[in-house]
Amino acid sequence: MNAPMRSAKLIKGATGDWEVVIGMEIHAQVTSQSKLFSGASTEFGGEPNDHVSLVDAAMPGMLPVINDECVKQAIRTGLGLKAQINLASVFDRKNYFYPDLPQGYQISQYKHPIVGEGEVVVDMAEGAQVTVGIERLHLEQDAGKSLHDQHATMSYVDLNRSGVALMEIVSRPDLRSSDEARAYVTKLRTILRYLGTCDGDMEKGSLRADVNVSVRRPGEPLGTRCEIKNVNSIRFIGQAIEYEARRQIGILEDGGVIAQETRLFDPGRGETRSMRSKEEAHDYRYFPDPDLLPLVFEQALVDDLARHLPELPDEKKARFMAQYGLAAYDAGLLVADKDTADFFEATAGYGGTPHDAKAVANWIMGDVSAYANSVGLPVAQSHVTPAQIAGIVDLIGEGVISGKIAKDVLAIIVAEDKSGDPRAIVEARGLKQVTDTGAIEKVVDEIIAANPDKVEQAKAKPTLIGWFVGQVMKASGGKANPQAVNEILKAKLGI
Amino acid sequence: MSELTDLTLAQAREGLRARRFSSVELTGAYLEAMEAARALNAYVLETPERALAMAEAADARLARGEARPLEGIPLGVKDLFCTEGVRTTACSRILADFVPAYESTVTSQLWADGAVMLGKLNNDEFAMGSSNETSAFGPVVSPWRRSGSDAPLVPGGSSGGSAAAVAARLCLGATATDTGGSIRQPAAFTGTVGIKPTYGRCSRWGIVAFASSLDQAGPIARTVRDSAILLSSMAGLDRRDTTSVDLPVPHFEAAVGRGVAGLTIGIPQEYRVAGMSGEIEDLWQRGAGWLKAAGANVVEVSLPHTKYALPAYYIVAPAEASSNLARYDGVRYGLRVPGRDIVEMYENTRAAGFGREVRRRIMIGTYVLSAGYYDAYYLRAQKLRSLIKRDFDAVYAQGVDAILTPATPSAAFALGEKGAADPVEMYLNDIFTVTVNMAGLPGIAVPAGSDAQGLPLGLQLIGKPFDEETLFAAGQVIEEAAGSFVPPSQWWR
Repeated sequence: MNAPMRSAKLIKGATGDWEVVIGMEIHAQVTSQSKLFSGASTEFGGEPNDHVSLVDAAMPGMLPVINDECVKQAIRTGLGLKAQINLASVFDRKNYFYPDLPQGYQISQYKHPIVGEGEVVVDMAEGAQVTVGIERLHLEQDAGKSLHDQHATMSYVDLNRSGVALMEIVSRPDLRSSDEARAYVTKLRTILRYLGTCDGDMEKGSLRADVNVSVRRPGEPLGTRCEIKNVNSIRFIGQAIEYEARRQIGILEDGGVIAQETRLFDPGRGETRSMRSKEEAHDYRYFPDPDLLPLVFEQALVDDLARHLPELPDEKKARFMAQYGLAAYDAGLLVADKDTADFFEATAGYGGTPHDAKAVANWIMGDVSAYANSVGLPVAQSHVTPAQIAGIVDLIGEGVISGKIAKDVLAIIVAEDKSGDPRAIVEARGLKQVTDTGAIEKVVDEIIAANPDKVEQAKAKPTLIGWFVGQVMKASGGKANPQAVNEILKAKLGI
Repeated sequence: MSELTDLTLAQAREGLRARRFSSVELTGAYLEAMEAARALNAYVLETPERALAMAEAADARLARGEARPLEGIPLGVKDLFCTEGVRTTACSRILADFVPAYESTVTSQLWADGAVMLGKLNNDEFAMGSSNETSAFGPVVSPWRRSGSDAPLVPGGSSGGSAAAVAARLCLGATATDTGGSIRQPAAFTGTVGIKPTYGRCSRWGIVAFASSLDQAGPIARTVRDSAILLSSMAGLDRRDTTSVDLPVPHFEAAVGRGVAGLTIGIPQEYRVAGMSGEIEDLWQRGAGWLKAAGANVVEVSLPHTKYALPAYYIVAPAEASSNLARYDGVRYGLRVPGRDIVEMYENTRAAGFGREVRRRIMIGTYVLSAGYYDAYYLRAQKLRSLIKRDFDAVYAQGVDAILTPATPSAAFALGEKGAADPVEMYLNDIFTVTVNMAGLPGIAVPAGSDAQGLPLGLQLIGKPFDEETLFAAGQVIEEAAGSFVPPSQWWR
């Protein structure tokens, strides 16, 4: 979509407002056992050149054979992006010389990609949504890696990645801020992970972004863009865009013009710098690869893959809202990670009976997340189980413990009694909430008697009741039912 | 033992099975002949030890009565085929002493059928040439000479080593490849039989690529029957080459002798090119007459886009070659000439490694694929290719079974005679053969007569897709009528 402008996103320059326009090309490594056109393993790591076939090394007379699994993964991804699947597509050769490109060309898809137009809906803060158009997705080979630090005067080449399948996912220039760009990549990564078509691990290089950035005065035509190559973390994507937009605004405000060029982001310095100009751009001499027939498959294959597609984040979010009554924001947070979403469902429905889903969601996103983060694990991998969380939520719901005691119960589970049953912990440790009004009344009376001045003040300023509640809770060791305490205090203080 | 080398492949097969001689004897006779014929420069590598070991193994199987289709048959291999553990160079300096760790599909099928490898045969560098003069190992000299002349002649190309070796009795048959005529033209120049099968019939896996959409492997042999026997072993589906075709391989030999009664043979008027010699015209008419006499119905047909085939070929083939040869960059194998940086290393290596003709075609190919020229050249050439294919489809749809044309515009020429000043003069050699590659069809060249100076001339039969059988049947009719063509003397001994 091309919303005219989102004024909140404008960048203030010295001479007025500017709008930044961003489009992205995401390179996502296809999850598969073997490479796009050879049987060599795609395993990460290993000694240099451990995973290299005769085809990957471009030995004379070697020919590529398409890996059907990579094709299926691309179709699944296209379906996940609600995109057009092209039943016929063509592999082309992109010709250039580089030591880590053994064939002297990359096999890619130029004019006829396997996947056409689709879209990704990105949730922003406060319920805002940005729909990012997907222009295309195509399959291509990854290159190898040049190693410049192994020898005094020579470079070495590691071909382990040479020929690994990548999906290049090209967006329309629909993003208007670094926040939107980061949210888009995050959402896209979530979709890929749900689909199981890319592990999204940016540290291992499984997901890299080429970011196209231009700036313009609001309402004016698109400016000249610069492409920032191979940015490999979501944080860096944000930093690169911020820097690049400021750089371009600076040039334009000083009366300069933007030169179309390819730039690199230097994370150490937090800046982009020129890699090559448009004039230096390669002429890739694309032409259809004569070693490969056009890639043709039946609609039946697409239909079959569509039938077995997992529930995707947007659908899951809608279902969480409808089924569990969650707010859009909470549902969105939960589904951002599939394991967390599954963990939520396992908890909310633990033991085959429904538990207070909103409370479950709050616990998972609140205290349980905080604990998991502190030990560096995702929620679903910390030792706190759905049974334990469901137990705590039930105890609160039944009025057996207060929210505050519940936090203590979780702390006990985290620190001392890892597999403890919350109900048993509450029993054994006498943490049960006091709802006996007689006992509470007795405490209230003592506190009123001990603080006559506060009583007078409270009558003039009823919000002081909070101080009394705190004192009662303290005296009861947190076990007094806060609602009962409130009611009794109000009656006794006459407010 | 020289008489052993006079046998055809079919005769040798029979002699081996009848135990009249052993494969070691037969192979030994060929190794001796090869040694005596080094002046021809047909072989760039002789592998006598391997040959004798393979022959011994073949004799053991023959003795056990377990002979496979080519058991004990000594063959030569064009140096474009990768042979495991045996130097493979495509006759280019850029591959230097490259030794593949793998065997091409076609040759591995030949060895699996019991054949014996004598060595690697000379060819034009990367199969680019029509005279075998672009080889880094130097030119092949044809066993043929014009009557009354000692001037060395070319054997044709690019499979010049294969054709010369078969004609000079230096192997029973040879593998070859054909991108624009590289099997059929040298066969025609040397009085041998060469067939380029339908594109997809033979796997290209393990054959050094020239132009992937045109390259096909095929045999050169002494007789139509021998070529049919060899093709049956060479052909077949290979999952490692996605352009190879999943069709059963016929027992091609069975088609030899089937005759042409009731077949319709087309004579394409567009092949009567300006300046065609009377000898070639006569040869063509004589061939048509033999087929008619054997019961075929001979009709005039039209292939209107023929004249565009050669120019379009010289766009498509160099374009693909420029990309296919990019892998020879000095980084992983073959020649490396150092430089100050990577770009200079590339430039030095490729300048020293590639010969003139290869460099010329890389530059043509790079040019026609460049931004702004792609549509004008490559795309238009591909469209012409579709039209050329459609011409043939239309003729076959009219009920024509095969098409008869001359194989070449002339007999063999002298070394250094053509192409020195104008490469197009050399390219014109392929005028009758390139259409077949552009359309992906099968074509066979069969010796059919001699020119005034006693040099052999060939006729070409073009078939329907995957109907090589009709070519063997019709080719044998011409062969029988024309007789065999053997160099008048073994002057090289």
